[in-house]
Amino acid sequence: MRVTFPHMGNLHISLKAMFHYLGVEVVLPPPSSKRTLTIGVKYGPEFACMPLKLNLGNFIEACEMGADTIVMAGGCGPCRFGYYAQIEHAILKGLGYDMQLIVLEPPERHISELLVKIRRITGNRSWWRVIQAIRFGFQKARAVDEIEMAAFKIRPRELRAGSADEAYNRALELIDRASSMDELLANRKKAMEIMNGVAVDQNRRVLRVGIIGEIYTLLEPFANHALERQLGRLGAEVDRSIYLSEWVNDHLFLGLVKGLRSRKAACGAAFPYLRHFVGGHGQETVGSAVNYARAGYDGLVQVFPFTCMPEIVAESILPGVSGDFNIPVLTLIMDEHTGEAGLVTRLEAFVDLLERKKEFKEAFVQ
Amino acid sequence: MWRTFFEELGAKVVISSPSTKGILNKGLKHAVDEVCLPIKMAFGHIIDLAGRVDYIFLPRMVSVARREYICPKFLGLPDMIRRLDGLPPLIDVNIDLYRNKKDIFGPVKEAGRLFTESSVKIFLAFRRSLKVQKEYLRLLQLGLMPAEALAILEDRVKEPPPPCRDDLTVALIGHPYNLYDSYVSMNMIERLRSMGAKVVTAELLPEKTVREKASCLPKKLFWTLGQKMIGAAFHYLEEAGVSGMIHVAAFGCGPDSMTGELIERRARGLGMPFLNITLDEHTGEAGVVTRLEAFLDMVRWKKAETAGI
Repeated sequence: MRVTFPHMGNLHISLKAMFHYLGVEVVLPPPSSKRTLTIGVKYGPEFACMPLKLNLGNFIEACEMGADTIVMAGGCGPCRFGYYAQIEHAILKGLGYDMQLIVLEPPERHISELLVKIRRITGNRSWWRVIQAIRFGFQKARAVDEIEMAAFKIRPRELRAGSADEAYNRALELIDRASSMDELLANRKKAMEIMNGVAVDQNRRVLRVGIIGEIYTLLEPFANHALERQLGRLGAEVDRSIYLSEWVNDHLFLGLVKGLRSRKAACGAAFPYLRHFVGGHGQETVGSAVNYARAGYDGLVQVFPFTCMPEIVAESILPGVSGDFNIPVLTLIMDEHTGEAGLVTRLEAFVDLLERKKEFKEAFVQ
Repeated sequence: MWRTFFEELGAKVVISSPSTKGILNKGLKHAVDEVCLPIKMAFGHIIDLAGRVDYIFLPRMVSVARREYICPKFLGLPDMIRRLDGLPPLIDVNIDLYRNKKDIFGPVKEAGRLFTESSVKIFLAFRRSLKVQKEYLRLLQLGLMPAEALAILEDRVKEPPPPCRDDLTVALIGHPYNLYDSYVSMNMIERLRSMGAKVVTAELLPEKTVREKASCLPKKLFWTLGQKMIGAAFHYLEEAGVSGMIHVAAFGCGPDSMTGELIERRARGLGMPFLNITLDEHTGEAGVVTRLEAFLDMVRWKKAETAGI
């Protein structure tokens, strides 16, 4: 069995670690690229959202490399993502790719439902080993998130342009290489040292921008044209409303690990703007917007794929948050036609606006 | 059904006017660009009501069947609307049967409380409204289109319209709020009829048939309307009398992008003529008519060919 899975940001680091820990062979699709998207657009339904198209491209590229089993997450609506796997499977079958599909649905009643599915992948390995593997994968996700957060802080303050990204890539590489829990702990420390070793100007004035929106376009740098990097380069320290480990904890472990920011807090903050969940991360988007505004952020960027239903609801409601808290919101919609140059221009204009606003506010206070 | 309910409680019911370009334009002005045509239309209808009523009944349709949803935009509609200025208060009770089918009376009571203190009165009004709903569903299954069934219910017409002359049957698959709004669908049903096609839709089938057909999917669909469309489409694809299928989707509709794909795949596999029409505020009427005409021509040729003429 040669297992593959779709890309979503740095997700592959922890998934790969989990499968390797169990001795399952993994075929890692090449990072999402123009080619991936072109394949997906060609075979996917025209009005499906972009993540589906990229997933499909990932699978076809992985199949070309010899993968025969797809592992994918599921869902129970009302967001389209819950039916992705089935549609993609039907499309792959129609194209003549014969692949086995294992969908990890969020457990409805008990975490055991998830474990049974994992069993199908892992075969006869002991439960203890499986749980260890999941723990290992989760620890990697945590480590990766830590590095990302550090990168968000360093990027706008780096003294030499590009040094933060170099350190970031080196740190990720270290985490990716770790093959045991002990090694991971050691490498995590080393990675943080690398991140902290980047020369920065602590006194530089930076803007704080919260990035909110749909999880796939938030996490996948190809899908959002490396939004965080662009903003960092423009001198904005960013924070993201969703990190991989938080999502895994909320949705797959049902909040088993304590001490992480949870979706409940974000959803609570969404009242009274959005009083009911709307699927996907719509309510989290609105709630995080309120939280960022309360925390004194200078601006918000919402990003989602074209035709994403929950985020459209959030988009309709965000002007209310923006007006009440006096915080500018920029909405970016991604699809296969999004051009990078246009995006950069809009970001530059937005950052200029935030700077002007901040200067004005500070002058006013004095 | 809701009309009966509120009238039984002594309220005067005003329903927004039939869709027009003016109503749509009002909606376009206030909704964000990305929402689909039916939501823009809903915005327009709600703004149309503003100033004429004391309350707007806009329930949050979370779920109308166990373990199913409608669609995210329905879930968020009251919150999207609330942002607008100058609207009367909304009666936005949550209709949520996701966990239990019997949860319906809760929101009904909540809505009824505004008009009367007595639970018994609310219950009786609700029972009466359910009866009307049942009668309506019965009329639909006799082959009437919703507008015709409503007309009979409200005693506007005494007898069903005379049957049209038709030589072929076409299944029309799409969300009811697109198909039966004659402005949104550009009067598609009437148009098809006048071109000599008998039109069948999902609403004509009993719910059991639809669910049975939809259950052959590898995973249960979690959209009630999507499931209805899929089930009806699969049913009509296998029915001998149906010679073509038209799928009507709103531009940017999430569920349609998935169900449409599934239906199209199945239709292609079975060799059924299939036309996909996407509607939005820019859709031109002439273009739609041309496509319908061409489609019916094609279906007729195909029929003649298989008949060996």
